[in-house]
Formats: sequence, structure tokens, C-alpha cells
Amino acid sequence: MLKIRNLDAGYGKLRVLKNISLHVKPGEIVAMIGANGASKTTLLHTVIGLIRPMRGEVRFLGQATGSTAVERIVASGCALVPEGRQVFAPMSVEENLLLGGFILQKEQGRAEVLKELERQYELFPILRERRQQLAGTLSGGEQQMLAMGRALMSRPKLVMMDEPSTGLAPLIVRDIFQIICRLRGQGNTVLLIEQNAKAALGIADRGYVLEVGKVILQGPAADLLANADVQRAYLGREKIA
Amino acid sequence: MSLDLFFQYLFAGLTYGAIYAIVAIGFNIIYNTTGIINFAQGEFVMLGGMISISLMEFIPLGYAIAAAVLVTMGIGAVIEILFIRWLESPSVLRMIIITIGISILLRESALHIWGESIRSLPYFYGNEITTFNLGSVHISPQVVWVIAACAVMMAGLSLFFKSTPIGREMRACAANRTAALLCGINTRNMVTLSFMLSAGIGALAGCVMSPITYTQYDSGASLAIKGFTVAILGGLGNSLAAVAAGVLLGIIEAFSVTVVPLAFQDAIAIAILLLILFVKPHGIFGSSEAARLKDF
Ligand SMILES: Nc1ncnc2c1ncn2[C@@H]1O[C@H](COP(=O)(O)OP(=O)(O)OP(=O)(O)O)[C@@H](O)[C@H]1O
Ligand SMILES: [Mg+2]
Repeated sequence: MLKIRNLDAGYGKLRVLKNISLHVKPGEIVAMIGANGASKTTLLHTVIGLIRPMRGEVRFLGQATGSTAVERIVASGCALVPEGRQVFAPMSVEENLLLGGFILQKEQGRAEVLKELERQYELFPILRERRQQLAGTLSGGEQQMLAMGRALMSRPKLVMMDEPSTGLAPLIVRDIFQIICRLRGQGNTVLLIEQNAKAALGIADRGYVLEVGKVILQGPAADLLANADVQRAYLGREKIA
Repeated sequence: MSLDLFFQYLFAGLTYGAIYAIVAIGFNIIYNTTGIINFAQGEFVMLGGMISISLMEFIPLGYAIAAAVLVTMGIGAVIEILFIRWLESPSVLRMIIITIGISILLRESALHIWGESIRSLPYFYGNEITTFNLGSVHISPQVVWVIAACAVMMAGLSLFFKSTPIGREMRACAANRTAALLCGINTRNMVTLSFMLSAGIGALAGCVMSPITYTQYDSGASLAIKGFTVAILGGLGNSLAAVAAGVLLGIIEAFSVTVVPLAFQDAIAIAILLLILFVKPHGIFGSSEAARLKDF
């Protein structure tokens, strides 16, 4: 589904991603974990087209996307739930979701958008309750759900999520991760970026560990969870002797 | 001051206020989708007036106005595509210089095409001396046209932004450009659209006001200053407040003739602008909080 090979990317002359290779297969949840500044967000922005690769290539559904416009990449079925939610604050919850359905509306018409809206309300009942409320006045957890619902409105083939658990209480984090699991059950493919390594690897099939712009470890999620380096660096569990 | 005179001034104030509000809304539409302050906004008003006056020679008034609005919208689109679209995240200063450059370009082209002569459209109904009476107050029918046209435009815009998908997409663009991109919205086209919309309402205002205020190649400049003052006064980006601020400025100007000489009338807007910029840069109706939750 997504294949990245020898990718370098950055800002201006600054190269922050160095020789990244990774892939995501249909129906998988792939977790990518890394500390602050590991370049996780930069990686997702390169995939979605907000940043252009300097070297190497990104292929989505077999198409190289190196110079494709963001809206085209989104239209081809790749969605990003951005870091910090980025909801349309002065607009209502329902308007936010309908905007997420922009692509769907263009391709399949309004009836499908309304059907999809109903599905998001089923997935996130709280959003139905708050449908008329301004998105900027939602709680952090509700905003995260709204951002996810908005991305899912386009019926994406691949959903990328940038640290969905940041700043949320453990109970809400559990809800969010349960929903991500449910998404896989419905045949979605998810690339999940997280600092919360335990939760992310707990639901993922495979994982990558990113450190200052480089992939330093990869493998099945269970193996990574059991890996001593990962435990020391990301799970805060120092093995004594 | 007699009651009659009071109402006479009040209506003059409302008329000009409505025009200022429309120019300010033109500023706001572009500011909201791009963060750019388009200093060529006044020139759109001038172009609307000038083009409709020229077209009047060939086609009836109503068509001339409609055509002038469409042509000006086209000019707005061309300007955006030529000068704005290809810039990658330009700095504010660069944008200001570019839009001032565009306004000079338009003004000089107008001078070249139409010369220095002062022109005007005919009164839409009756002539200069036609009035109808509200009690003992005499009101020119053109004043009613101006106020009605501005009111209809404001209502239309508000409906457009609130209830149509394209309006919603433009607001999304204003609220969070990156997020709008991530929804698959072509934000560049939305910017072009915002230029067309601003040009269109400016041109229409330029047509309805032309019989009263006359049109000349450089009449856009002072309007842009007034409109900008009103936009700042209301808090940039806030169009509802711009209406209130526009009416406020119009009325202050109208009543000022009772205290200061007519020649100072134009200085009032500048004085208010400076005062607001010094004392309350977010506008009298705005707070920095509200500025972040800006809407239409
Ligand atoms: N717009 C930018 N211009 C220049 N450098 C940037 C920009 N955005 C990020 N960087 C740099 O790129 C590096 C990676 O940043 P990035 O945001 O991708 O990290 P991250 O892994 O997402 O971090 P976090 O966990 O804090 O979100 C950092 O060193 C950062 O300073
Ligand atoms: Mg990040």
C-alpha cells in the first residue's frame, strides 16, 4: 500500500529524514515510535505531500507521489490525522465532518457523504451529541475524535495518525486505541505514529523505531515490545541486572 | 440642529457607511483565506464603476452593471493567478508591496484607458433632484439603491458562507489552511475565488454608488483607506463588525461637517485609523481571542 525507499527530506537545506525505508501492507496497523524531534511528523508530512522528498521515493498504491499535490494524494485515498488535531475551530462539529467528506462528495455525491457521516456518528457517539457545538470548544479528547472522524470521512485506504494520544487522559487514550483496533477490523490500514510505545505496539502488527531521522529498529510489534533497547528507551523499564 | 437636518446627515452617513462596509468586507474575505491585505481593493470599486459607465454606451444599465461585475471578477482572478498564486509562503511585507503595486498598476491603466475625466452612471431611478419624502426628510432614491444593494450583498455573502458547500470550504481555508488541504480541498483555487468574490462585491458597490459619488481613475485610493480603517476598526476578518464599524465611520463623517470644515472630512478616517492602530489594534469589537476564532 505504502512503500518508502531511501527517503531523505527536510526543511530548506536542513535534512532531517535520513535514508528512511518502510512499507505498510493492506489491512495492517503499523506503529512508528520515536521520541520528540525524531522526525515523525516530518515523515508523515512527506508522505502526504506537504514536504517534498530530497532523495528516494514514496509510493502510494504503486504511484510515486514525489511531486503530486497534497489534495491529489488525499483524493487517491491517503488521509492524515494531524498532530495537534487541527480541527476547524470556528466551525461546528458537523461542518468539520462534512469538510472531511469533500473528496467523497466530489466522487460519489452527497448521499454517500451523509451515509458516511452517520457511520462516523456511530463510531464516535459523542460527536453526534456535540454536532452543533463549535469544534474549538470541544475537549482535547473530543477534538481528537473529531480529527479522526474528519479524516475517515473520505473513506481513505490508508489512515496516518500523528500522535493521537498526546495530552489525553489514560482512559480516553484507551478509547482512542480501541477505535483504531476497530478500524482495522473494518478493513482499514493504519500507520500510527506514537510516543506512547506500549499502547501503540500493543495494538500494532508491526513497528518501526525512529531516532533522529533514522529507522534504528523494525519488526513485529511483539518483538519490539520485548526488545530490551525499546524497553529502556520508550517504556521506562530499566532491567536491573 | 433641526430634526430634518439630523436625518439628512444620518442617511448620508448610512449610505457612505454601507459602501465602506462593503469595501471592508472585500478586505476581510481575502484576508481570511490568505492572510493578505489586498490594497487593490479600492481599485475593484473604481473598475466596477468605470467599466459599467463605458458599457452603458452599448447596453442597458442593468446589463452594463452585471457585465462590469463579471469583468471585474475576471480581473480579480487574473491578478491572483498572475501575482499571488505562484508565491510560496510569502512574507507579509512582500505581499503588501505586491498588492500596492497591483493597485498602482490598475490605477495607471485606468488613467490610460479613461483619462482624468470624472464620470458617473445615471441615477437608476429618476435624477439628481428626484427625492421621495419620509415625513419631512428628503431622500434620493439612489441612496435607497446603495443601502439596499449593500444590505443584499451582505445577506447574500452571509448565506453563501454559512450554507453553501463552497462557502464552507472557503471558511475552512480561513480557519486552518493545512487542515483544509488535508481534506483534499484545493486551497489555491479558494484563494482565487476569494479574489473574485471581493472584486465582484467591490465592483457592484462601485456601480451603485457611482451616480452619487462619481467615478474617476483614482477614486479607489481614498475608498481603500476608508475601507481599511473600517476593517481594522471592526477587527480584521470580522465582517459583521465591519458593517457596524462602516456605519459608524459613515455617520461620524457625515456629522463632522457640523463641527469641522468639509475639507477635513477625509482626515477623520486617517485619524481614527491611527488611533485604533495605537490604542486597540484588534479593533473595537475584537479581542485577540476573537481574532483567532474569526469567521466569515
Ligand atoms: N518547519 C520546520 N522548519 C525547520 N525545521 C523543522 C520544521 N519542522 C520541524 N523541524 C525540525 O525537524 C526535526 C524533526 O521534527 P518533527 O516535528 O518531525 O519531529 P517529531 O518526531 O514529530 O517530534 P514530536 O514528537 O515533538 O512531534 C526537528 O529537529 C525540528 O526542529
Ligand atoms: Mg510530531
